[in-house]
Amino acid sequence: MSVFSAFLGFFFNLFEPVFRLGQKWLGASRIGWLFVGPNLVVIGIFTFLPIVINLVYAVTGGVNLLPTQRPFTGVENFATLLECRDYTDLQSCRTDIFLRSIFNTVKFSLIQVVLMLFFSLVTALVLNRKIIGRGFWRGVFFYPVLLSPVVVALIWKWLLQSQGVFNAGLVTMGAQPMEWLLDRHWAFFWVVVVSIWAHMGFYTLILLAGLQAIPKDVYEAAEMDAAPPRRVLSRITLPLLMPNLIVVLVLVMIRAVQTFDEVFVLTGGGPGSATTFIVQYIYLTGFAEQIHLYGLAAAASLILAVGLMALTLAQLRLSKAGEAGKVKK
Amino acid sequence: MANFLTRTRGRVHGRTSLHWTDWVSYAYLLAGLIVMFGPVLWLVMSSFKTESALSQFPPSFLPYSQKEVVVAGHDKPLPLYRAKDEQGQTRELAQVRRIGIVATMVDPAQPQTEIRVNIKDRQPVNELKFASGNYTELFAKFSFGTYLWNSVFITVVATLITLLFNSMAAFALSKYQFTGQKTVFVLIIATLMIPPTIILVPAFLVISSMGLLNNLWGVILPAVATPTGVFLLRQYMLTIPDELLEAARMDNASEWRIYWRIILPLAAPAMAVLAIFSFMWRWNDFLWPLIVLSRSEHFTLQLALNAFQGELNTQWHYLLAMTVITLIPITLVFTFLQKYIATGIASAGVK
Repeated sequence: MSVFSAFLGFFFNLFEPVFRLGQKWLGASRIGWLFVGPNLVVIGIFTFLPIVINLVYAVTGGVNLLPTQRPFTGVENFATLLECRDYTDLQSCRTDIFLRSIFNTVKFSLIQVVLMLFFSLVTALVLNRKIIGRGFWRGVFFYPVLLSPVVVALIWKWLLQSQGVFNAGLVTMGAQPMEWLLDRHWAFFWVVVVSIWAHMGFYTLILLAGLQAIPKDVYEAAEMDAAPPRRVLSRITLPLLMPNLIVVLVLVMIRAVQTFDEVFVLTGGGPGSATTFIVQYIYLTGFAEQIHLYGLAAAASLILAVGLMALTLAQLRLSKAGEAGKVKK
Repeated sequence: MANFLTRTRGRVHGRTSLHWTDWVSYAYLLAGLIVMFGPVLWLVMSSFKTESALSQFPPSFLPYSQKEVVVAGHDKPLPLYRAKDEQGQTRELAQVRRIGIVATMVDPAQPQTEIRVNIKDRQPVNELKFASGNYTELFAKFSFGTYLWNSVFITVVATLITLLFNSMAAFALSKYQFTGQKTVFVLIIATLMIPPTIILVPAFLVISSMGLLNNLWGVILPAVATPTGVFLLRQYMLTIPDELLEAARMDNASEWRIYWRIILPLAAPAMAVLAIFSFMWRWNDFLWPLIVLSRSEHFTLQLALNAFQGELNTQWHYLLAMTVITLIPITLVFTFLQKYIATGIASAGVK
């Protein structure tokens, strides 16, 4: 241990002269810039600079990675992505796979958000009851949250493969085995199931924290009035949990719209394009296809960014409305 | 439904008997246990099966494999069957060879007399055996050690730098007042709303023009300035009394010394939470490494898993073992540090 702390001391002392000098030049309070500097530089180079460059990519064409070598094309990239002869028919679009991926993403997000809210709410309510071994049970639901998306996908791929446990179940029940991931409807179904399985514990934990923050005396008052449990749930628990529910709703949406890893490993976006989502489209167009169409990928990410911004604004709106409602009560 | 969901206290009278809502709750939890842990357990069990056991259908939960015996006069161990001999008696016989529907078998006790058995009349003798071959062969057959090392290197180095940079920034934002401080804080927190998925192309340009493509540092550097880390540490450092800093300044300590001798040790609990989170983020990272690291000698475990599940579609026995190794560190974190993770989520809503 002493070797370790000696090493730490040596390491930190290396920076001492820099900060002594900084203190002399900048003064006692502006030295804060020196402390915040490294973090700011990293953010500037890897987040803010890319945001600006992304705009350049979105309005230029060609296959060159260097922005200076790319011909200006205006809104051509957006037109390529979004133009359709007939908007009721995805086949007629110039890039039908992109619009299909948007359609899939929206469908996936809406289905997932409803199921996720339902299951995490029920689980949180059950965990909030007086049960033996709450810590253990909470851990049970939380464990998959920590697993990497690749591992999650492989676990389920193994269960769903043609000789997997689900097919064994089907066969023992006398049915024919299925190719679960090669049927477009089943593949979509399992993608939803797997993402709920993997992330439910996180939202359960947020809702559980909200439930535990509800003061006990409210429930005692309800008990005094002999309020039936159904009414306690609808009049006390759910309204008081509303801020947390909104947070969960928006978080689920923001995450769902960006779904990539698990689905990419589980189905590869297929069969066909049944489970291809927006981020996968960006990845394929910009990096995985033979010709790297950076402009299209950047334009698609701008469209995704607009969607995410709308969701964030909705969250701010909703949580403000929620707070205003609280004050009134 | 609503009834059992809202009951937060047990029955006041007659504690000994469980209300029916309690039964429903425990049933729900038990179902949850099976659904949540079942798939992982199935994977772990499968990873101990031999290749031939994996191809059996319907599959068994425990790793059963066919028993083999060494018979005098044969170099390789022979598979054991329970078979009917010519007299119609059921005996345990070892199979020497099989031609068409006729198997030639011997009794391990009397290896000289060969017995011919119709293959319909024999059943394999299975035994419970945890085969470790899938694991040991990983290191010999693939450059698995390299992937493991890459993952460990990225995770450890990125976490250390994250702790250093984020704690410095948090210190500046909680213990100083300087012009522009608010803006800096807002800028850092604003990056929470810019997920990496929307700046993939330009971030790729930045990395490639820095010459960091196919370089582990190309994965590490963009990840070290986490907004959640700064936020978490700043909130914690705000609770450290300023008097401590004043006292140290009286003793003529430099600001840097105050930071690492006073603030850092006091912020250790929050640093621990961030360390755990950073560890999980980096260990599980997928999309960004997938773009930056395209040569297999730079693959992390996650990338190797992804590559192999495409290539080795028939080699599930290796893939399963590799998956299990990848989930071990996270499972250890989960088992021993769950409390800290729950704290982190409750205080900053991070994941």
